Amino acid sequence: MSELWQYFRDNQSDIAQWTWTTVWLAGGSLVAGLIVALPLGWVASRYKWSYPPFVTLAGLIYTIPSLVLFVTMPGLLGTKVLDPVNILVALTAYTVALLVRVVADGLASVSNDTLAAAAAMGYTGRQRLFAVQFPISIPVIGAGLRVAAVSNVSLISVASLVGVQQLGALFVRGSQGVTLVPIVLGVIIIMLLAFAFDAVILLGIRLMTPWQRAVRAR
Amino acid sequence: MSALAFLADGNSIPPLSQVSVWLNDPENWTGPNGLLVHLRQHVIYTVVAVVIAIIIALPIGLLVGHTGRGAFLVGGLANGLRAVPSLGLVVLLVVWLSPKIHLLQTVPGVVDHRGALPYLIPVEIVLVLLAIPPILTNTYAGVQNVDPAARDAAKGMGMTGFQLVRKVELPCALPLIMSGVRSSVLQVIATATIAAFAPFLGGLGQYIINGAQVINDPHNGYPAMVGAGLVVAALALVAELSLILVQRYVVSPGISGRFKTSKSTVRAPDGSVVGTELAGV
Repeated sequence: MSELWQYFRDNQSDIAQWTWTTVWLAGGSLVAGLIVALPLGWVASRYKWSYPPFVTLAGLIYTIPSLVLFVTMPGLLGTKVLDPVNILVALTAYTVALLVRVVADGLASVSNDTLAAAAAMGYTGRQRLFAVQFPISIPVIGAGLRVAAVSNVSLISVASLVGVQQLGALFVRGSQGVTLVPIVLGVIIIMLLAFAFDAVILLGIRLMTPWQRAVRAR
Repeated sequence: MSALAFLADGNSIPPLSQVSVWLNDPENWTGPNGLLVHLRQHVIYTVVAVVIAIIIALPIGLLVGHTGRGAFLVGGLANGLRAVPSLGLVVLLVVWLSPKIHLLQTVPGVVDHRGALPYLIPVEIVLVLLAIPPILTNTYAGVQNVDPAARDAAKGMGMTGFQLVRKVELPCALPLIMSGVRSSVLQVIATATIAAFAPFLGGLGQYIINGAQVINDPHNGYPAMVGAGLVVAALALVAELSLILVQRYVVSPGISGRFKTSKSTVRAPDGSVVGTELAGV
């Protein structure tokens, strides 16, 4: 334990830098992925014929190993191999792949009675989508977002194999030296970070769905 | 572990068009060090990990789903396992655990290299940990979602708890369990690429790890990395389709609803309705 602390203190500035890179890569890809997935998921739920191709395509993206996606990006985007943008785009693709299905299923799970009630109250189609359908599906979409966040954070460490400096660099250090300390430290920090992301999203879901607590309190 | 090397920064990587050249070269497929050999290793690593994960996760999921106890633990465990960085755990176990395993046996067809077993075990541990969460959570959710009426009927027929699990809850939960197995297989296939970090082990990741060190090489560098990656994706696709086929055969038609059970009215000769029978079962 003291060795871990010692290593942490000795490499504080490096670790802080790497943690920050990991945070913005994970956070950025989550936000970008959600922004892309919401309209796609809506299309997949609104037009039934588009659901199977969307979900199959998303599943296909998910089968590509992260390492492969990371190394393919420079060829596709024309970026440099070491550019963190490669990682950001690759993780965004994974997030979209995971969330399209979740968003579509979440929107489709809103009961017809609820939609009919909203229509009877005079909501137009668009108002109903933003004021009724999206809010009701927040818990489902949020659950998908939690999975995406946790897996994104741990996927980022693979990027150290293509030379992008983030917390995974601790694994490289550990494998080059003879000590386990940086590896253990890396695993711990990455897991803590994943749980932190998870907690933030959970808090967000709670704040955005006050009616759930009201129902539970009854 | 020298495979964990940094890449040279360079924009002189070969173009993606070289990938099809690489994939179309028959020498890269056959031969003692060809794609087919690596593909076979990759499949073996995957099958071993998923089978062990099913053996562990299925009974626990059934038990938790049946009793309803420990659901919080299952969710927490699954989420916790998801957060573990696979790469970090492989590096950690290979550095820490492998030297402590003194098994020099070879398993013909699976572990051919003497001394490879101490490295295969840590990699399999990581892959098993990765494969458990989807199977565990889906099994649990599948059992939880079983129609309470079906459960009551089975109890009313005098089934014991074990019979209820085996004859009602397991078959009813099978579609969800299979979809859990499918996502496990996909994840393990994608992640088994990191097996190549361990000495003596192969799999399709070998091309990616080796290629990363000579990324500018027009043959073994970038084109080989992307080419092998495409083979991994193709393998995942084939596995997914095969498992969907398996699912069609193991899931009871009454549950998957594959055969239409259209009700046809049975009429007595005088035209009055005496009952309905299920057609097409």
